[in-house]
Amino acid sequence: MIFFAGETIAWAFRPPFRFDQLLAQMAFIGAGSAFIVGVTGTFAGMVFGLQMNYAMRQFAAEGYVGGSTAFALSRELAPVFTALMVTGRAGSAIATELGTMRVTEQLDAMETMAVSPIQYLVVPRVLASIVMFPALTMLFNALGYAGAYVMGIYVAGIPEGPFIEHTREFLKPEDIFHGLWKAVVFGGVVAVISTWRGYSARGGARGVGEGTTRAVVASSIAILVADYAATVLFVGT
Amino acid sequence: MIEVQDLWKSFGDNQVLKGISLRIPEGSTFVVLGGSGSGKTVLMKHVIGLLKPDRGVVRVNGIDISALDGRALTEARQVFGMVFQGAALFDSMTVLENVSFPLREGRGLRLSPAEIRRRVVEKLAVVDLGEEVLARWPAELSGGMRKRVALARALVSDPRIVLYDEPTTGLDPITSDYVDEMIIHAKERLGITSMVISHDVASSFRVADRIGVLYDGQLAAVGTPPEVRNSPDPFVQKFLSTWFAKQ
Repeated sequence: MIFFAGETIAWAFRPPFRFDQLLAQMAFIGAGSAFIVGVTGTFAGMVFGLQMNYAMRQFAAEGYVGGSTAFALSRELAPVFTALMVTGRAGSAIATELGTMRVTEQLDAMETMAVSPIQYLVVPRVLASIVMFPALTMLFNALGYAGAYVMGIYVAGIPEGPFIEHTREFLKPEDIFHGLWKAVVFGGVVAVISTWRGYSARGGARGVGEGTTRAVVASSIAILVADYAATVLFVGT
Repeated sequence: MIEVQDLWKSFGDNQVLKGISLRIPEGSTFVVLGGSGSGKTVLMKHVIGLLKPDRGVVRVNGIDISALDGRALTEARQVFGMVFQGAALFDSMTVLENVSFPLREGRGLRLSPAEIRRRVVEKLAVVDLGEEVLARWPAELSGGMRKRVALARALVSDPRIVLYDEPTTGLDPITSDYVDEMIIHAKERLGITSMVISHDVASSFRVADRIGVLYDGQLAAVGTPPEVRNSPDPFVQKFLSTWFAKQ
């Protein structure tokens, strides 16, 4: 897989650059995942807001719910949940599509037409993931905070002033960038694993199914491991 | 010209090719005849660089294709067209997109959409398909139509070498004859060098300038159709008798 990732990087810098393929994949991975990421973000924010309200109430510190939720969303919840949701939706689809093309000799056919499947199929998916994972993470952040706001202000009855003020106090731009950098890493990792599992599928429908399962499982584990590694790298122990 | 010298290939313990050597002069048609699982497709995939040999050399127009990788291999394939056994049409593309794919993506050509469409329609007409199939998806085509679309796709960029993997398998006799005529037409009118993989004896003897009979990873007989017909090799005689005995 490391060799495959290296080949993908090499092909990414060689012409022709197929922007139409890149845009199509950005639409599929990004726009196509917006609904599921938006729903997940909204409910994650609502639930986290309620839980934080329950915890903060013990110390009469409900005003900190907005700030702590925004902090957790931007650094952890948004990048990790987004990556897991997109893996389930787009990562599995990518592995299945490429796996089916492999076992039906469509990838071989492409090679015989002097077109590298890595350049034509893999590079756009990897680049689109690297671009769209952070964009979707921002969507998750926005809707997650909105969900926490609604639950905090209108359900839990937290005064709006402290809720907003402590968010401004807690949340720094670097917190958001911290999460976005993670999303970039997750996008690259998920796309390489998913394309690799599809690209190397063998043995008909069963092989494609196994490749898809492995793509989702390996991507999910890789997201959690990369999250820890990135946190250690960006924050320290 | 295609030259294969002492080609060996195994998958695990299964030794598929055992020192194959053959030579296909420019503008001629060579048929590799053999039973299922004899390694015919493996041999063909070496010729176009889809597989790497354990030992041996494959030269295409003097270039050792078995030693190439990455971009160099991609560029070396620009002289090829290939028809796969299962057609291998891109199922997420229409017939127009499938047949035009080598023109749009594979040769660095900068053709206008109108010119691309014109060439696609022209090649589809050669395989007796009309413009009404352009917008159809591969799943909407019959087996014979899929094969003919694959043939049009292989020929659309005017390759110098075309590889046919079981081109008549699964086709009715009329369509099968039609594909044979296509292969002969490609050689006689366009001067294309062809390598055909087949277990169809009748079709092989119709289209071939030379035939190689593959058995147990080796060529049991190589020569012109009459030479192969008179080969003393027992397997060759047994294999050919399956068809000639019916005549």
